[in-house]
Amino acid sequence: MTEHPVVLLDHVTRRFTDMPALDDITLSIAKGEIVGLIGRSGAGKSTLIRCLNGLDKPQEGRVVIDGLDITPLSEQALQPVRRRIGMIFQHFNLLSAKTVADNVALPLKIAGMGAAARRKRVMELLDLVGLADKADTWPARLSGGQKQRVGIARALASDPLLLLSDEATSALDPETTQGVLDLLARVNRDLGVTVLMITHEIEVVRQIANRVIVLDRGRIVEEGPVARVMASPQADTTKSLLRGLSPILPRDLADRVAPQGDQALIRIDVYGPDARRPLLDDIARITGRPARLVHGGLNDVQGEPYGRMFIALGTNDPDSVRRVVAALSPKTTAIEVLGHVPGDV
Amino acid sequence: MSQAMFDLLLRGLNETLIMTGVSGALSFLIGLPLALILVTTDRGGIFEAVAVNRILGGIVNALRSVPFIILLVAVIPLTRLLVGSAIGIWAAIVPLTIAAAPYFARVAEVSLREVERPLIDAARSMGATRWTILREVLIPESLPGIVSGFTVTLVTLIGASAMAGAVGAGGLGDIAIRYGYQRFQTEVMVCVVVILIVLVSGMQWIGDWLARRIDHR
Repeated sequence: MTEHPVVLLDHVTRRFTDMPALDDITLSIAKGEIVGLIGRSGAGKSTLIRCLNGLDKPQEGRVVIDGLDITPLSEQALQPVRRRIGMIFQHFNLLSAKTVADNVALPLKIAGMGAAARRKRVMELLDLVGLADKADTWPARLSGGQKQRVGIARALASDPLLLLSDEATSALDPETTQGVLDLLARVNRDLGVTVLMITHEIEVVRQIANRVIVLDRGRIVEEGPVARVMASPQADTTKSLLRGLSPILPRDLADRVAPQGDQALIRIDVYGPDARRPLLDDIARITGRPARLVHGGLNDVQGEPYGRMFIALGTNDPDSVRRVVAALSPKTTAIEVLGHVPGDV
Repeated sequence: MSQAMFDLLLRGLNETLIMTGVSGALSFLIGLPLALILVTTDRGGIFEAVAVNRILGGIVNALRSVPFIILLVAVIPLTRLLVGSAIGIWAAIVPLTIAAAPYFARVAEVSLREVERPLIDAARSMGATRWTILREVLIPESLPGIVSGFTVTLVTLIGASAMAGAVGAGGLGDIAIRYGYQRFQTEVMVCVVVILIVLVSGMQWIGDWLARRIDHR
């Protein structure tokens, strides 16, 4: 028997007064994955994540958690399922009337663990998130990053098989975000917890997700390994979400691109092992002229290189250009002749 | 001030404290569950039962709209049934409670509604039962507001108990009317007013202090 996915959505549709918030969503998440679910606000991300623990219910389709179809379950029957799913929130949602330790202890109390065992487990969890010294502090006295660490400790309290993150870093500054992401990655690696994080920040996905799902108006418009999607986004939504991250031609250079000119300018998108090839050298060998990188370069997604490069070919000979494109096409995810630029570029 | 006057005022104070204290305690015991029912049975609540909510809300509104002086007289048959008499401080406790419980219920309801939906969803996402949400989230999170609301209710009760004095309930209000007003003993009136000011201020101060102490927001 093959191991079943932790999460399986099977043609899920959720409408709010006829407007579909989720429109025929099918996806599956395997054990141990970190999946980033990205989309603009209003894309249906929150609705989707709320369907996973039954806080919201789809009108059509099935939501299967670890092999159990939770769609028909009543509020009471959902409770044991929810105890196996941790959730963290953009605004942390810590209880102000409970100390840090009591906040983390709540899921354990709900699960019926005794007071002594609870205290021990809470200290382990606070140790894990680096807040052991804050056990008896009130949440209001913590910084945003510390609050989210408490949120993570609380979400992990009952050894969940799945951790749902609902814009968990969106209210945090970049440095704190980094700390929280590192913690989530560590939790995934050391405890084997499957993580689904929804976000509108592509940077968050780039840093820790293995796989990305792009949602737009309730539909999945793109899905795949993060490096692949970032290197060559197919859907318009993905492209626009990536706009800030992938290099674009600087304006002064873009203004000088013309149909005719001294040399051709090409754009290359590349990822994976192909990104490690001596591309400029390859080109130079075909054209017999030195090629030059005028803009862009390589980036990396968890050790996987990807990038976009703008390369001036040093020649405007149509035949050479055609041969370059033909030779590089199999080795790149996208290649495009943008036009011609003057020789001094 | 004569010894007799002093004893009189002391007895009045004692009676006022008993009336306010007992009807306050009863109002809390009746009003808080009422508030919880009003909040949780409303649309989208954790014990959603809209019909129950509307009926209960209607009863609370009806009781709240009857002027206290009318209520005082109107519930006399019920008072006789419960206490055996319509006169005295114990008899006054019945109308006082009937007036204050719905009042406190509405005040507590406001605090309970201020507990944000995401907090309740967070508890639900942990697999909490509805009773756990009540016990661990709704009540503790709204407690500072509930304490403030209860303080306001007690202060209102002091005023109302003075009014109950007019129909023979005893207490400081009774003394103010009989001695201060009807017999023109201005110094009695002044004494009663001063005692009431001190009483109300003290209660408010304690209530504020307690609310601040338990508020960790």
